[in-house]
Amino acid sequence: MARRGLAAEAAGTAVSPSRTVTLRISRENPADARGGERGFSVHKVPVEKWTTVLDAILDVKKHIDHSVAVRYSCRQATCGSCGMLINGRPRLACFTKIDELGADTVTVEPMKNFPVVRDLVVGFERLFEAHRGVKPYVVGAGGSGGPPGAAEAAPQTPEELERFVQFSACIKCGLCNSACPTMATDSSFVGPQALAQAYRYVADSRDKGREERLKIIDESHGIWRCHFAGSCSQVCPKGVDPAMGIQLLRGYLLGFRK
Amino acid sequence: MRESTIMRIHYGTALGAVALVAVHVLFRFTQDFSDSLQYESVIANYQFLPYAGLLEIILVLLSIHGFNGLRVVLLELRQGRAYEKAVSYGCLAAMFAVIAYGSRTIIMASAGTVS
Ligand code: SF4
Ligand code: FES
Repeated sequence: MARRGLAAEAAGTAVSPSRTVTLRISRENPADARGGERGFSVHKVPVEKWTTVLDAILDVKKHIDHSVAVRYSCRQATCGSCGMLINGRPRLACFTKIDELGADTVTVEPMKNFPVVRDLVVGFERLFEAHRGVKPYVVGAGGSGGPPGAAEAAPQTPEELERFVQFSACIKCGLCNSACPTMATDSSFVGPQALAQAYRYVADSRDKGREERLKIIDESHGIWRCHFAGSCSQVCPKGVDPAMGIQLLRGYLLGFRK
Repeated sequence: MRESTIMRIHYGTALGAVALVAVHVLFRFTQDFSDSLQYESVIANYQFLPYAGLLEIILVLLSIHGFNGLRVVLLELRQGRAYEKAVSYGCLAAMFAVIAYGSRTIIMASAGTVS
């Protein structure tokens, strides 16, 4: 009788050996009446080639310590909820495979430049406020936001779309704000996320709110406080390139771009 | 004043200062470098009016650029309405003071009141 086994092509597939990594999770509860000092809980977690950092954290949460606070939703780099510092760099936990880190110890901490709610969860109030502040919608001819009228819904040429489409990929994850050195010192700085969105709408041929929007960002804690470190663009998981958006916006303010 | 206007002035003064300081440095090559620092040589420079004018413009450009730079650094250091007002007016006052003091020196030296 012929032996039944794996099909030839399947047998050729290299199976990644599972290994164990040390996962250090930052633990902190500022609301704790006893002071809520920051520390780390350390866990050994088994990982496969496909295990993401979020998978590992959820593993700990499910099997070892359910009190670990982490925010997530889509698990596919779409909702922007799971931003955190992973081995010192802002990344999406659901979009970062442990294998690609090339380290036996993975340290996860809350994003910098955001207030910590608990453990890995941070407050997004400042980001959302700045985002709302730049009017992140197509402003109609009457100066209103909301659903576009006939004129705003007019079709665009591929070239017109090309000018801003990259910037519309932003998922508001806040990684750029977390990496920004100006955000770290200037608590009133509008931030790369909101500035990139300001550019996204300023560059939209249907938008009639350019002057208003440029005025909003042209203040003492606005666009001019960017020192072009470029770290925002380095960490953006969606390829938005906020640093470039900021420079293009400056072009409008300095009169180089129309 | 809008921040973009201030930053236009900031960038403009930087470019102007780089160009004029280059001219100023090139003047050093007209004689031996150690000679150019001699007292008589320095006074002679001030008494050559176009050169004194050049120094005055450099003084104004660098003061505007430098004190606006300082304002920006201080604004990023701390925030708050009163603090920001104090920084802005403080830097403006310091800038005028430096320009006034420097201009006084240039005028006195070129008028020959310094011997
Ligand atoms: S610009 Fe990039 S890093 Fe910043 S919030 Fe948007 S997607 Fe995230
Ligand atoms: S869980 Fe949605 S982006 Fe990571």
